[in-house]
Amino acid sequence: MMLEVSGLNAFYGQNQALYDVGFSLGEGQVRTLLGANGAGKTTVLRSICGMVRVAGDIRFDGKSIAGWATEDVVRLGVAHVPEGRGTFVRLTVEENLQLGAITRKDKREIAADIEHVYVNFPRLKERRTQQAGTLSGGEQQMLAVGRALMLRPRLLLLDEPSFGLAPLIVEELFAILRRINEETGVAMLVVEQNAALALELAEHAYLLETGRVVMDAPADVVGADESIRRSYLGY
Amino acid sequence: MELLLQQVMAGLANGAIYACMALSVVMIFQAIDHLNFAQGEMAMFSTFIAWQLIAWGTPYWLAFAASIVLSFVAGVLIDRVLFRPVQKAPILSQLVAFIALFSILNSSAGQIWDYTIKTFPTPFGHTPLLGSLVDTHEAAMIGVTLLLLVLLYAFFRGTRLGLAMRAAAANPESARLVGVRVGWMTALGWGMAAAIGAVAGMLIAPVVFLEPNMMIGVLLYGFAGAVLGGLSSPAGAVIGGFAVGVLENLAGTFIPYVGQELKLSLALIMIVIVLMFRPSGLFGRSVVSRV
Repeated sequence: MMLEVSGLNAFYGQNQALYDVGFSLGEGQVRTLLGANGAGKTTVLRSICGMVRVAGDIRFDGKSIAGWATEDVVRLGVAHVPEGRGTFVRLTVEENLQLGAITRKDKREIAADIEHVYVNFPRLKERRTQQAGTLSGGEQQMLAVGRALMLRPRLLLLDEPSFGLAPLIVEELFAILRRINEETGVAMLVVEQNAALALELAEHAYLLETGRVVMDAPADVVGADESIRRSYLGY
Repeated sequence: MELLLQQVMAGLANGAIYACMALSVVMIFQAIDHLNFAQGEMAMFSTFIAWQLIAWGTPYWLAFAASIVLSFVAGVLIDRVLFRPVQKAPILSQLVAFIALFSILNSSAGQIWDYTIKTFPTPFGHTPLLGSLVDTHEAAMIGVTLLLLVLLYAFFRGTRLGLAMRAAAANPESARLVGVRVGWMTALGWGMAAAIGAVAGMLIAPVVFLEPNMMIGVLLYGFAGAVLGGLSSPAGAVIGGFAVGVLENLAGTFIPYVGQELKLSLALIMIVIVLMFRPSGLFGRSVVSRV
């Protein structure tokens, strides 16, 4: 397994947000973390990236990375598309993409990868010299995904990619995510409120409730279980 | 007309001093997001180091370069040793650290080199130019300031390191998520601000003379210039610095009752008025954003 998390506890100051969380993710797999607001989904992603105080075990390629600095986790090939998209609003679209590859040295390949992002997201190409803050929500989400891909990541962490987007845009975005997974083999860990959508994209789901994993099952099993759907996923 | 031209040129020459200082103020503002009250004292100390090297017989340009390099290293160390530990402290605690740095540098300069006024050489001489409107040193000051600005612009717009520094300043959390080492970018900002301050100090010293308190007034003007031009814009800071110099001179000459005594106050009042209408400065970027 590429990513193995076990016995993970996370804290914000005195408050504990995660309790004994465990899950795993293999090379090229897509898995999703589901749960209500405040269940701890975002905290799981932040724990992996060293953005919150943790106790427990987080292994990437067997190497323990719990408590590592964010910058060092990124250098392992972990790209995080954070809540709120993390756009550098005052920089241009193209500068945002270049920042995604700031840890890479291969300048020619970076230029080629930027062109490749533009193939996936043609709207970004039209707006390459615009301040990123002037993009629409959907475009900013595309930019955030594009910026993450610029790392040539092995693991992509996506925090609520559908948040605040129109249904049509969301469908387009998820289709692109699926294509990227098939083309590049990048593994994805997707946090979503829109459970139906996430279960379509992912092959396996973990259900979180108040900081604990309460269900760990293949996506189609979770999706087919009516009582789970009704009580946890709201559809 | 003759008088006007003369006063404008004299204002530009003073303005070059302020612009240089304003540039280093903006540099540090970009890196740490607030003002460094010890900026002037750092520049003063750098100038003393150059002076000492010259006094020991080092050629001017070698001393000039050595002072810049030493100041850069010292700037990085000040960040790592002094400000890193208080980085997350409340702003007032940080302010106390700045004031401590101010008085440490001021007193040690006084202790090492005493408070007598010293002359500082200029390699440009004081030959009158343009019918004695400016002299060569003043012209060089203007030139060096503009050159610094161009270099900074090329660095921030044209290099990946410059891009990473901008990202780290604008949005540290996102910068970390793309792998930018934000702490080092801040240290680099300190180093660059210290180096620019050293250049400013060495250009200013031949005009105001060298002594531990030489920068106090200059830093005030530098702050004024930076705030007027916009703390987020190096070019704005330089223009702001020049503008403060020119405003001050014109007010002193042409507005009755103002004279030499009140010209600084008047210039500062004008700046306050500008800021009432443009709070982010004349050239400060206002963020356009959509959700």
